[in-house]
Amino acid sequence: MTQHLDHILSEAQTAFAACDNLNDLEQAKARFLGKSGALTDALKGLGKLSAEERPAAGAAINVVKQGVEEALRARRDTLLLAEQERQLSSEALDVTLPARRDDRGGAHPVSLTLARIEQLFHSIGFDVAEGPEIESDFYNFTALNIPEDHPARAMHDTFYVDEQHVLRTHTSPVQVHYMQNKTPPLKIIAPGRVYRVDSDATHSPMFHQVEGLWVDEDISFANLKGVVQDFLQRFFEREDLEVRFRPSFFPFTEPSAEMDMSWNGGWLEIGGCGMVHPEVFKHVGIDSEKYRGFAFGLGVERLTMLRYGVNDLRLFFENDLRFLKQFG
Amino acid sequence: MQFSEIWLREYVNPAMDSEQLGHALTMAGLEVEAMDAVASAFSHVVVAEVLTAEKHPDADRLQVLTVDVGSGAPLQIVCGASNARVGLKAPCAMVGAALPGFNIKQAKVRGVESFGMMCSAKELGLAEESSGLLELPADAVTGTDIRDYLQLNDQLFTLKLTPNRSDCLSIVGIARDVAAITGAVLQLPTIDQVTAVASTSVNIAVREADACPYYSGRSIRGVNAAVDTPIWMQRRLERSGIRSITAIVDITNYVLLELGQPLHAFDAAKLQGDIEVRYAKQGEALTLLNQQQATLQQDMLVIADTHGPLALAGIMGGLDSAVSLETRDIFLESAYFAPGVIAGKARRLGLSTDSSYRFERGVDFGSTRQALERATALILEICGGEPGDIVEVKATLPTRKPVTLRYERLLSVLGIPLERSEVSAIFARLGFVARESDGSYEITPPSYRFDIEIEEDLIEEVARLHGYEHIPAIAPQATLAMLPASGGELNRAWVRDALVAGGYQEIVSYSFVDASWERDLLGNDDAIVLKNPIASNMSVMRSGLWGGLLQTLVYNLNRKQARAKLFEIGSAYKKAESGYGETMRVSGLAYGAAQPEQWAAEERDVDFYDVKAQVDALTQGRAVYQAATHPALHPGQSAHVLLDGKVIGWLGKLHPKWQQHYQLPRSTVVFECDLTPLLAVKVPRYREVPKFPPVRRDIAVVVNESTPVQALLDSMNEAENTLVSEIALFDIYRGKGVPENKKSLAFLVLMQDTQKTLTDAEADAVMSNLLVLLKTKHGAELRN
Repeated sequence: MTQHLDHILSEAQTAFAACDNLNDLEQAKARFLGKSGALTDALKGLGKLSAEERPAAGAAINVVKQGVEEALRARRDTLLLAEQERQLSSEALDVTLPARRDDRGGAHPVSLTLARIEQLFHSIGFDVAEGPEIESDFYNFTALNIPEDHPARAMHDTFYVDEQHVLRTHTSPVQVHYMQNKTPPLKIIAPGRVYRVDSDATHSPMFHQVEGLWVDEDISFANLKGVVQDFLQRFFEREDLEVRFRPSFFPFTEPSAEMDMSWNGGWLEIGGCGMVHPEVFKHVGIDSEKYRGFAFGLGVERLTMLRYGVNDLRLFFENDLRFLKQFG
Repeated sequence: MQFSEIWLREYVNPAMDSEQLGHALTMAGLEVEAMDAVASAFSHVVVAEVLTAEKHPDADRLQVLTVDVGSGAPLQIVCGASNARVGLKAPCAMVGAALPGFNIKQAKVRGVESFGMMCSAKELGLAEESSGLLELPADAVTGTDIRDYLQLNDQLFTLKLTPNRSDCLSIVGIARDVAAITGAVLQLPTIDQVTAVASTSVNIAVREADACPYYSGRSIRGVNAAVDTPIWMQRRLERSGIRSITAIVDITNYVLLELGQPLHAFDAAKLQGDIEVRYAKQGEALTLLNQQQATLQQDMLVIADTHGPLALAGIMGGLDSAVSLETRDIFLESAYFAPGVIAGKARRLGLSTDSSYRFERGVDFGSTRQALERATALILEICGGEPGDIVEVKATLPTRKPVTLRYERLLSVLGIPLERSEVSAIFARLGFVARESDGSYEITPPSYRFDIEIEEDLIEEVARLHGYEHIPAIAPQATLAMLPASGGELNRAWVRDALVAGGYQEIVSYSFVDASWERDLLGNDDAIVLKNPIASNMSVMRSGLWGGLLQTLVYNLNRKQARAKLFEIGSAYKKAESGYGETMRVSGLAYGAAQPEQWAAEERDVDFYDVKAQVDALTQGRAVYQAATHPALHPGQSAHVLLDGKVIGWLGKLHPKWQQHYQLPRSTVVFECDLTPLLAVKVPRYREVPKFPPVRRDIAVVVNESTPVQALLDSMNEAENTLVSEIALFDIYRGKGVPENKKSLAFLVLMQDTQKTLTDAEADAVMSNLLVLLKTKHGAELRN
């Protein structure tokens, strides 16, 4: 009996080992553990034994049964693992194939600069203000202390829409709109499109400016220089960048200055600025005895060209994708 | 304003070189735009006289000269210039001279020794072109270094003056400021009163005293107008960019440059009767010096005689009364015209003259008569003649009101400490008479300063003279307050980011476009037209952004791009009830294949629904679409975009006729929406997350092809069944089993009860209600 059982176990182990797939293994399993399998037969044989013999025989059969099941499980695991490995290896990809691709969009470099300017000024509490591009003569000129026939008007090369309206020649009118509607302290930048009748390699009839304005009780010319220098240093990420002011003239600021910044060993003109002219304050009803303010205007294309090393202004408006995609 | 440094240094000579002087001017607000040497560096060139000239033995076109270079022994020089002749004085480059581009060595020219070279203006770098040797006047002293003789060690300064500094539109004015800036001594030319030897018989009548508060003039008889202008004067004019014309005109121009006072000389023989200063009459015309026929307007001031206008006051003289070489008697005018009267008139006539430029900005009314004396003296010296006495009409000249500067205000505006003594010193250097009391200065500005009217003007002057570069950069100190951050408003950057994420490239196109784009593409017959466009294809303001996108597309297709997804954010302009309206828009275009060419996807053209997905993204799925037609769009593939019940834009495929017009072989889909509605979002309100699982039921119905899906969705949503949480279309089928002109639509319906698990019976009831609704409202049949 014991010998017969041992035989079953070794036979099962051999049979299982011979199976190289799960199907065969299941059939082999039936030969030993199935309804008419060898062990089932052995169990059925227990009934023929005497009550004294039965427990020992039963226990012996169980031992063998466990052995067979163990062999089955081990073989099954091995086969499963092999199967899985086969599947995995059949699923191997060329990982160097390019990804499933969609378009890569991008912002215009001028937008990137504007966003950067807004972010920097926002970090010290400047709000963003906007105004119309088709502007009345009053806001574009008169309220900014540029009366009719003032020589400064001739410098502006203005596009006219009708007798009373122009395409704004600068973003400064936004100052006026804003100051009319708010009370100091005020801190804004006003980005946007501006227009001049001028078109050549270094001039575009449309370009972008950012106007800055800070009105408070204790704002000085030295502060103006402080803010502009801080901005330019952050914008260009250069701590050693210096700002130089030169006396200039704008009817809406006084004292007025041209701003230069140090660049490649020289000085580069970067915009105009000054203390808000009392006449402008008068137009918007702000007491110039109590409040002072500074204003500055920066050329956005200029800043963009310097930041990215672009050497031709016209590229910004040609919209050649081979140019625009460089800034993604 | 261009001038010679040597001329300036005659009046003020600070101890600094040209570079330093230029820097000082720039830093004081007189920006030096350019500084050009009159001649490039060369040496060993002297005034030489040709003593003998013989034909070269072996060359037809050469001569062998002996020239005196002032060193005792004459030099033998071979020369090919045709104007080389005995007695001629011309520059000679001696052995060792380094001329622009080449050096002079002792050489044999066709067998004859040559010890130098006689020079043309071109060879000295003084002219682009020249023929023959540069002929010098007979009185030039032989041996003089040509650089000294021609004053070639000179720089041409070009100043970019701001409109407020009209006082610097003259050499004297610049010298005055240089003296103030540098502290150097000012040495102005002395102007003596000319003794009249006759009386001036012309009577002057100033009809417009406000426009012409001061008018002076005098006759000078018996001048020789044909005499040559002295070389020194020609040189100064030339170095100021003014062409020499005739002696008398040159003299008036010279005084204009020197003192800043425009003058005018009339040919006295051409004057009929007395002179009158008045406004032009309706219909009057005048032929100007530049031959231009000017039709005068009634706000233009003229100098007239009994016959009619002689000159446009302060702008330009008339041709008929102009001085010519034959002129014997002149009437010389020096007047002060109010800036406001001259301003803008020259521009209206398409002119800008040295005279109008100065009068518009303000001419020193304190030296009008002096300029007349100065010009008279020069005319007598150069052209001879007998001066008449000065006739003048003086009304009320402008007065300079005293301006007060508070010391405290000065410090607080500039934000720097500044000693009182320095402030006083600055005013002294400027020649401003300052009365100091109680911490303030009272300044009466001089007549030549038109820009000192208020306290800020003085603050600027102090800052300017103190030096802007000495004002430190100081961070402001201010109360900190946070900016408002609206929860119901997205940043504009969000829209840009969403489009970039969707694969769209931003462009910036011009706000002014071709009129045909507006009229034909956008159907706008009432575009805003610019009065002075820069080009005809940039003549009207855009009312929509598609033109720029299409132009950009074509530009890039012409550069071999196969496909593009573009967008722009910018204003659109329209006439409004009162004036003009502007709306910020976001507009996009997709052209060609829907995706980049790749192994992993079949290529197909972009279609309506691709771009609709982008609009959905921009509206966060809240947009509703209604079929509508637009001149630019395919009538069967275009829609209004609605948000919260309002039309905010368009979406559609470009009309085939435009596709043809722009030569676009593949499909082009565009959209455009108002930007502001996209930015308004609601702050989300929390709703309870359901505890019970949702039940999904599907329903497929057959409806007429023409029934829009949205109508069915709207009906089902409007039923407001509380158990339904979502209804969505998941399939659409046409073909076998579905009749012609019908389509089968399959919807999924998600149902949910927040309190309990839904029973089958409840779900079935909902579904049958929906089916009844679709049947009755849309004639839908349940598909089996």
